[in-house]
Amino acid sequence: MAELDTSGGGGKKGGKVRSKKQSTRVDLTAMVDLAFLLVTFFMLTTTLNKPKAMDLTMPDKDEKTKDQLPVKASQTLTVLLGSNNKLEWFMGVPGESLTPPTVEGYGKEGIRKVFVEQAAKVKQQTGKDILVLVKPSEKSIYKNVVDILDELHITDIKAYAIVDILPEEVGLLKRDNIY
Amino acid sequence: MPRVKVPRKSTAIDMTAMCDVAFLLLTFFIMTSKPKTEDPVPVDTPAATEEQTLPEKDIAIITVGSGKAFFNLEGAEARKELLLQIGQRSNISFTPSEAKAFTTLDNVTVPVSQLKQYLNASTEDRKRMNSGIPTDSVSNELYNWIHDARVVTKNLYDKELRISIKGDSKEEYPTMQRIIAILQKQKVNKFSLITTLKGK
Repeated sequence: MAELDTSGGGGKKGGKVRSKKQSTRVDLTAMVDLAFLLVTFFMLTTTLNKPKAMDLTMPDKDEKTKDQLPVKASQTLTVLLGSNNKLEWFMGVPGESLTPPTVEGYGKEGIRKVFVEQAAKVKQQTGKDILVLVKPSEKSIYKNVVDILDELHITDIKAYAIVDILPEEVGLLKRDNIY
Repeated sequence: MPRVKVPRKSTAIDMTAMCDVAFLLLTFFIMTSKPKTEDPVPVDTPAATEEQTLPEKDIAIITVGSGKAFFNLEGAEARKELLLQIGQRSNISFTPSEAKAFTTLDNVTVPVSQLKQYLNASTEDRKRMNSGIPTDSVSNELYNWIHDARVVTKNLYDKELRISIKGDSKEEYPTMQRIIAILQKQKVNKFSLITTLKGK
């Protein structure tokens, strides 16, 4: 879109010889195109790279506090994280669990369903919120822990804790071949 | 019949203002964006639906991958102080040029004993030096790094340092457990796990 100079030649006869006046306007269209392309690129790349964070509060190790409320066994759900992206869950305390330990997978059809069902059941039976104990075994991976925390977040369970696994629970995992 | 001639107008629009705006925006985005820090080992963060964004100030990131741990504290001023503290602890004095190199570092990837050598190495050599910070209970350098970073942040800005763990999804849990135990040993019971976003 370069502009044509239509000012018609040098001038009239007999006049001074004037240098032709050149237009000082530069076509900026291409430059604008390029600039917006770069703007778009930077906007997309920077906003997509923002890391997200998940807050995690661990139970205090040295418990000197005595004012802790006792929790009923019927209110607690224990999740044992095993190998091969499998987990095992039961209600109550290990050894005398209220439901038989069940092997389950992660995700929507797996543990999320369990969380929703059991939370509703506990609420109905005791009127209290469910407490979930997450016990990652040595064979589980970091992703499993994050997945469980995420499911707890999705199912809106506020009371949960990551605790060390007990030997008898490792035995349970071994029995079901996910250790 | 004579036709009515519509005077032809030029279709060229003055692009100057538009160009100014475009470049202003471009400059703004370049200035505000932070270059991505390169991880010493490949780290694939697990995906979660959490949408909380990470703060950019007063934060320390512990990168965990391949069984190794790396430490990173944000902020040049804080890092300078941190190096001083760590140096005092292990009786190593760092030259001003080494301290400057430390402030621009992405991650601390070597034990303190190799830190001086690391800071004087070229960028290429640095990439090869990624043995990680010892996390065992004998020297427990990671404990010192975290502890001193917290002290420095408290002294400089009077704020509590936020600690985030950036772990590889395939990392075995015992490694994470060790890192968490180190944090809990200094009564840091609240920290963040860095994740990437995914849909429900």
